[in-house]
Amino acid sequence: MPLLAVVLAGLAACTGPFPQSTLSPKGDFAQTVDHVFMLTVYLAVGVFILVEGVLLWTIFKFRGKPGDAEPKQIHGSTVVEVIWTIIPAVVLAIVAVPTVQAIFKTAEVPTVSADGKAPLKIEVIGHQWWWEFRYPELGITTANEIHVPLNRTIDLRMKSIDVIHSFWIPQFAGKRDVFPNRETRIWFTPNTTGAFPGACAEFCGEEHGRMDFYLMVDSPDDFASWTTRRQADSTLDNFGFAKPAVVAVPVVPAIPAKAPAAALVADTVAIDPKVAEGQKLVMAKGCIGCHSFNAMHPTKGVIGPNLSGIGTRKMIAGGWLEGSDENLKRWLQHTQEVKPGVGMKIGPVTDAEAAAIIAYLRTKR
Amino acid sequence: MATSALEYGHATAAKRSVLVEWLTTVDHKKIGIMYGASAFIFFLIGGLEALVIRTQLMRPDNHLVTPDFYNQLFTMHGTTMIFLAVMPISAMFFNFFVPLLIGARDVAFPRLNAMSLWIFILGGLFLNFSFLLGAAPNGGWFGYAPLSSRMYAPGHNMDFWVIGLQILGVASLAAGVNFFTTILNMRARGMTLMRMPIFVWAVLVTQVLVLLSFPVITVALIYLMLDRTFGTSFFNLTANGDPMLWQHLFWVFGHPEVYILILPAFGIVSEILPVFARKPLFGYSAMVFSMAFIAFLGFGVWSHHMFATGMGPLADSFFSLATMLIAIPTGVKIFNWIGTLWGGSLQFKTPLYFALGFIAMFIMGGLSGVIHAVAPADLQQTDSYFVVAHFHYVLFGGSIFSLTAGAYYWWPKMFGKLLDEGLGKAHFWVMLAGFNLTFFPMHFVGLLGMPRRIYSYPAGLGFDTLNLLSTVGAFLLGSSFLIFSYNIIKTWRSGAQAPADPWNGATLEWSIPSPPQEWNFAVEPIVTEKDPLWGLKRAAGVKVLPEPPRVSGEGIHLPAPSWWPLIVSVGFLTFLVGIMVKHASAFPFGPISIAGFAITLYGIYKWAYEPVDGHAPTT
Repeated sequence: MPLLAVVLAGLAACTGPFPQSTLSPKGDFAQTVDHVFMLTVYLAVGVFILVEGVLLWTIFKFRGKPGDAEPKQIHGSTVVEVIWTIIPAVVLAIVAVPTVQAIFKTAEVPTVSADGKAPLKIEVIGHQWWWEFRYPELGITTANEIHVPLNRTIDLRMKSIDVIHSFWIPQFAGKRDVFPNRETRIWFTPNTTGAFPGACAEFCGEEHGRMDFYLMVDSPDDFASWTTRRQADSTLDNFGFAKPAVVAVPVVPAIPAKAPAAALVADTVAIDPKVAEGQKLVMAKGCIGCHSFNAMHPTKGVIGPNLSGIGTRKMIAGGWLEGSDENLKRWLQHTQEVKPGVGMKIGPVTDAEAAAIIAYLRTKR
Repeated sequence: MATSALEYGHATAAKRSVLVEWLTTVDHKKIGIMYGASAFIFFLIGGLEALVIRTQLMRPDNHLVTPDFYNQLFTMHGTTMIFLAVMPISAMFFNFFVPLLIGARDVAFPRLNAMSLWIFILGGLFLNFSFLLGAAPNGGWFGYAPLSSRMYAPGHNMDFWVIGLQILGVASLAAGVNFFTTILNMRARGMTLMRMPIFVWAVLVTQVLVLLSFPVITVALIYLMLDRTFGTSFFNLTANGDPMLWQHLFWVFGHPEVYILILPAFGIVSEILPVFARKPLFGYSAMVFSMAFIAFLGFGVWSHHMFATGMGPLADSFFSLATMLIAIPTGVKIFNWIGTLWGGSLQFKTPLYFALGFIAMFIMGGLSGVIHAVAPADLQQTDSYFVVAHFHYVLFGGSIFSLTAGAYYWWPKMFGKLLDEGLGKAHFWVMLAGFNLTFFPMHFVGLLGMPRRIYSYPAGLGFDTLNLLSTVGAFLLGSSFLIFSYNIIKTWRSGAQAPADPWNGATLEWSIPSPPQEWNFAVEPIVTEKDPLWGLKRAAGVKVLPEPPRVSGEGIHLPAPSWWPLIVSVGFLTFLVGIMVKHASAFPFGPISIAGFAITLYGIYKWAYEPVDGHAPTT
């Protein structure tokens, strides 16, 4: 392990940080895994040094010299065979016991979280090539960015809508494959706030390489705020599916941390013309055929990722691009170059159109 | 006397061109050479694919290749290296050396042997032909359903894979039957099972694995082919098909396949170490039983490839522990190799370099294998670059190092030329350095969270430097095979003529001229002990036996050349291609399949009734 630590420290110095690392667990599941992994690594490094050492020493010691007599012809030794059968068996037993313990420990979802509450259920739905997240207890649907409260056990129930994917947030839990015909589960309890990258780990077709997502571990207050903002969507227009086509767009320049839902609606002010133009374009370009901006009742626009709060998301394009204006524009104008093969097919978008759409998206907070 | 094995003339079919001679040959040595030559070409193609992959991953967000082409590259790299490189290079050694090591004049079924070769070559060409259509397989070498189904893989890409692997499977199965039979029935008088050279044991155990595991993948492939082409529902979700069925079938084959790739490597190293340590293999029977035990356990661990599927704690525990058990016989093998070296007088020739490199690198792959056996830890490592590092330490550090050792060791016997020692050692050091520079950093980039099979990665995750190192290493590794190729060309033109026994060998192949004459042994040998040639030398009180003379083969009966293996192979390929190109026709088989089927049937008929006249070569 010192060897590994030295090597890693050296690497960290020149290439860190490592936000997707399996070696810095930030939750109980990953810590359980890390303990048994580290035990195995210590033993493996010990065996490695020992056996490679003996091998090298043997090679050095018994190198032949010209004129050597024929060495003693030994055919084997039963005693030695028995000894070197038993020793690895013992070493493996040392690994086997904690392995089985860890298997059973990680198999069961704890019934009570570290914060004393019941685990938060989240449904994960894998799509080629993005992630959908539903919070059945909160009524929220979102995509590619999963918000969870600190110290709450997260109980993930997962399914795929197409091929097999694998859900992986290395700092919190191991991988769990996501199947189209059965539910799989994984869980973890985050103990650190922050934004942590995750990825699809099962090859799932052309854009498997860009099926990433972010886990946002929020403080309880921040999580409540996020929940409130998502739930406020229920008061939004639904692009004429339910209400007249042109309505006031909520322009919320900055949301107070604990803004109640009513405040959001009250903040609905005069329409910025650019935003209004963007709203029209989102309809005219057909975006809303696949995308919904409503986290609460997305009966329409469920083919593509839900865009509730898109204006504040860290990443876009399946966790691939930082959600900057520049990247949003690149995504709108060159979707098939950024992520070839992706299902999103939007016609030509001019710079002015892109700016208007982005202005509209920025209102979705 | 002056006639080489390649230049004989014989009574039944004089005046045959060299091309016809090689196309119709049933000589296990010529077949072995063709296996080796074609597999080496496929190996270079697979290596080039790896270099493109590494160049793409050299830096974050790189755009050298499109995502789809990248997926084609890694699918074909895996498929090629497993089925078109490591297996057939092993087959080269099986073919050339099993009969020589057991004192036989050919394999049990020489024409079937030729058919295995031709089906393998045609299957390999067929798979690679897909690149010319821009439709190489792109669903991974494991072809998981439902991604490999018509719905998610509508092009011909995965048709090439499904059909190609079926073709190659037939070659492997036919060879499996052949070598199993050959080893059990055609050993020289006195060569009991426990006097067999250890490499022959490795081949025997490997063929048992082939015979038990290839039917499983064949069944799975036929299911998938029926799903894709005829609309059945084995893996079709809309009709309650189950993708897990594919995973179980695939890995029930896929894990024994790992041992199919590594056991021959064990065998080769176990032959080389005693010769260059000048003392017998330590613990011969322990080596035999550990191989058999590994093979047996190899059928009970397949689900360790599936820990992430969530099979439940009982299944995870069983497959964890079963996998750990395999480390015991594997450890025994490593200790016995070191025991063989211990107290020896090590002769540092190129084959020993590669054999020692094999042990050193395989230890590494074995230990990371134990880490994978720990199911909870595997949840972090599976499908990350850590597992890529692991299996390259096993399959490159293990299999390829050993096969290269075997190539240097047996080259003089196969071609009558000694490879250059200086170039050989340069090859070794460049390969060792390149290999470790490529794959050692992958352990870390995997632990740092880089998934496999991604065509690019973003900056900011800390993957950049390690990937660059791997890419530099890959080119170094690739260049080591340029040294090897140069060595072959140089010594081919002007190398030293190899004596019959250049290394003070222990086994029968070194008792006959290099290269052997067509009939191998002018007089069938009688064996009274293990390491029979050492016994002869000791009895004669000499270090090297006198050079065996090239003799006339008059009166020696050998199987006659035949066109039918090649014709049957072509027919079989045509039949399957016909299934692939069928387009929504009401009739399930198109004219191409019918023609292919007819050719196959006719070929088998003519084969069966071919006169068994044999030919008696004369000089």
